[in-house]
Amino acid sequence: MERLPLKSKVLNENQIIAESLRERYREHGVLCLNLISAPGSGKTALLERTLASLDPATRVCVLTGDIQTDNDARRLAQYGFPVQQITTGGTCHLDGRMIEKHLAAWDLDDIDLLFVENVGNLVCPSSYDLGEASKIVLLSVTEGEDKPLKYPSIFFKSDLFVLTKIDLLPYVPFNAETAEANARLVHPDIEIVRASSTTEGGLDAWLAWLKQRMAKELVAAQ
Amino acid sequence: MHELSIAESILDAVREELLKHPGARPARIGLRIGELAAVDVDSLTFCFEAVLHDTDWESLKLDIRVCKQRGLCKDCGKEFDVVDYITRCPACAGSNTTVTGGDELDFDYLEVETHGTPAVEVKSAE
Repeated sequence: MERLPLKSKVLNENQIIAESLRERYREHGVLCLNLISAPGSGKTALLERTLASLDPATRVCVLTGDIQTDNDARRLAQYGFPVQQITTGGTCHLDGRMIEKHLAAWDLDDIDLLFVENVGNLVCPSSYDLGEASKIVLLSVTEGEDKPLKYPSIFFKSDLFVLTKIDLLPYVPFNAETAEANARLVHPDIEIVRASSTTEGGLDAWLAWLKQRMAKELVAAQ
Repeated sequence: MHELSIAESILDAVREELLKHPGARPARIGLRIGELAAVDVDSLTFCFEAVLHDTDWESLKLDIRVCKQRGLCKDCGKEFDVVDYITRCPACAGSNTTVTGGDELDFDYLEVETHGTPAVEVKSAE
């Protein structure tokens, strides 16, 4: 019996694609953000409000992932920006190859901001690097305050936590401070914004975060 | 349930490694999986057995070492095991900490049987 030492990562193939995507984003000055949450936390709604409030001259594109249907792509396409649906046909996460394949339809020189809306799932997407600059995790106030403790990996790997549906806070037994404290227990440096895509309360804070990240990307590209 | 795709990735890697060792038979594959990797060990073991079913490698064993999440306090310098994903420093109770390990999803080793099989296959002259 002979033991051969192995050095590579199990998801090495995905990692190689992710690094190549990251390099291409850097070369072309694209800020890629990977939005992750449980199904129904409001990823698509937040993107809709975001696209509606962006200057039409903003060079933004969206890749939206789901197991079935192109409903989300149709919802998002109404705002006039390029959108593609990625239908995974059963796979519970997006991987680097799916992103690479769909990006082939676009010229990266025409994109400044690329939103990737992952499949609704708090577990599996956290294992797959898509070459993004940041992962963003969403949690709505109709879920549990302890979700950051139940799904620590995604809260640990995300740079920003968006607490969504805050217009419902008066009607649900959800303590926003507790949820935020739980996220900070897992990831002390995580940035947090609260937003409602229905009343647009708090949307300013999210858009300000976005602007600041885009500005940072611009400086890095120069 | 991404454990099935991970199990398939493991098999792909074994196949690729064996190309460098013709004639060798894989016996055991070692992995290091961190607590933060979001991979369920039982589910991965189940999926791994499922993808091996009815193949020549049914006896291939999976050896998983779970790696603790490790933290470092940037205030007092304490290095510690993170328990229940809570990153607060156990020494000074400060929250100015950083995670230094626990995100692994790495191969460790491949054990192969090589006895009785020459490293390079020699074809006899007919």
